[in-house]
Amino acid sequence: MTTTTAISVSGLRKAYGNKVVLDGIDFEVRAGSIFSLLGPNGAGKTTTVNVLSTLMSADGGTVRVAGHDVAADAKAVRAAIGVTGQFAAVDELLTGQENLQLMVDLNGLSAADGKRTVAELLERFDLVEAAGKHTSTYSGGMRRKLDLAMTLVGNPKIIFLDEPTTGLDPRSRRTMWSIIRDLVADGVTIFLTTQYLEEADQLADRIAVLDNGRLVAQGTADELKRQIPGTHVRLRFGTAAQLDAAAGVFPDAARDDEGLALRVPSDAGTTSLRALLDRLDEHSLSAEEFSVHTPDLDDVFLALTGHTTEASK
Amino acid sequence: MTKSHSMVMLRRNFKHLARNPTSVFNAVLMPVVMMLMFVYMLGDAFSVGVDYVDYATPGMLLLAVCYGLGSTATAVNSDMTKGIINRFKVMDVSRGAVLTGHVIASVLTNVIAVGAVIGVAFALGFSPSASLLNWLGVAGMILLLGLAAGWITIALGMFAKSPETAGLASVPLIMLPFFSSAIVPAEKMGPGVRQFAEYQPFTPIIETMRGLLAGTPDTTDAVIAVAWCVAIALAGYLWARSLFKKRA
Repeated sequence: MTTTTAISVSGLRKAYGNKVVLDGIDFEVRAGSIFSLLGPNGAGKTTTVNVLSTLMSADGGTVRVAGHDVAADAKAVRAAIGVTGQFAAVDELLTGQENLQLMVDLNGLSAADGKRTVAELLERFDLVEAAGKHTSTYSGGMRRKLDLAMTLVGNPKIIFLDEPTTGLDPRSRRTMWSIIRDLVADGVTIFLTTQYLEEADQLADRIAVLDNGRLVAQGTADELKRQIPGTHVRLRFGTAAQLDAAAGVFPDAARDDEGLALRVPSDAGTTSLRALLDRLDEHSLSAEEFSVHTPDLDDVFLALTGHTTEASK
Repeated sequence: MTKSHSMVMLRRNFKHLARNPTSVFNAVLMPVVMMLMFVYMLGDAFSVGVDYVDYATPGMLLLAVCYGLGSTATAVNSDMTKGIINRFKVMDVSRGAVLTGHVIASVLTNVIAVGAVIGVAFALGFSPSASLLNWLGVAGMILLLGLAAGWITIALGMFAKSPETAGLASVPLIMLPFFSSAIVPAEKMGPGVRQFAEYQPFTPIIETMRGLLAGTPDTTDAVIAVAWCVAIALAGYLWARSLFKKRA
């Protein structure tokens, strides 16, 4: 355990009855970095967050957060962390300001410090105007912001964000991203779960891909992308003969004999697309179907696990 | 730390009550309507040996406590099923603090409802012969009952899957007074129901208050009533604690 490691997990196992949710996972999170756990619904992301944040006990393995064992020293872990879950944990019968004040009171801040903290957070999260309104009238994006602001009252060194942008519109998502980047700039460590490859790509220093309770890959976004097919054009032909001929024209393409299709790497720009179509023309080949694919979470999963995500089934 | 957290939680629950006066209003209005219905409309039809308002008031006080429980169960369940409870857990807010806040808010609602029922009783000609000491006994009995009913309701509220079913969980506690000596003496009921009414916890509680208000307290009833309340409160508290621990 060095001072630069914020979270270290080894051999973490968790089962509900005889359903294994986490099947021995290992990873380390460097202090001051963003670590993203990427996976589809049901992969075990929330369970991991629950164990790491002391809400749930593990069945096996060791978990150290901020230098403390979560099982033996939950109190010390709780003092160092903040958690913002998938479902905004705000009190709907209170106003935004009262929610923050509730956190101030529970954290035992002095009246003056508390007042300043509340004002600062409302300002920082652009909630000044809504401060006096009941949170039940807030939009999804405002709720998440308030939720995160409430987490920050305790000044946590490590923040767990469980799918912080799921269900948010693109604009709120980008706002959330910039908030997260600012937090890391202040020296906070972020443990982020997401089902969006783009989100992990945008934010994370390191990504771990979770599938059915196992980590199937770990690395930087670039390292992971090297393992998955890049942007490509898929051409489907009418006959095997045509496919054979086309495969000769594009030697770097991947064949799918069953689907009579060819996957040609491309950057999806118009220039390269035109060049590709011109080459087909030159050889008097015509595809029955033409589609452009950019890699997404499904591709990562297909490449890493051999099956697609639940969501796409 | 726990103590101040309890105060923060209590303040939060009071704010909830103030924001949502409908639940307090319901808790107060229903017993008052019952009081008017049984005493003012139907009272002359019951012959119980004494002026009916004097007979019925202790039972109505108990009813006033029970009607407040629905909102307590719902409030507890909302806390447990929405994310806020996990926030409290991760912040190391003790389970005691969260639940104590709810119990005290519940008892406070009870006190308001009981006050309203006593007021209406006097307006209907209630004439107790209780001494100051007897009145203190009644107050003590109501607080103890409020605590017992509060804890068991909190446990039921946590046990329920959703706020809607949590509201239902308190229905037995609202029905039970009707199968006690609250409205008519147990000996006037049919076989089966009579035995049930004689031995269920609400009957000794009502008889204790009836004795105190008549100025003739019955020690046996009081001992049984206190024992029931303490047992229910303890069982509810322990159940609530273990449910709180289990629900992540």
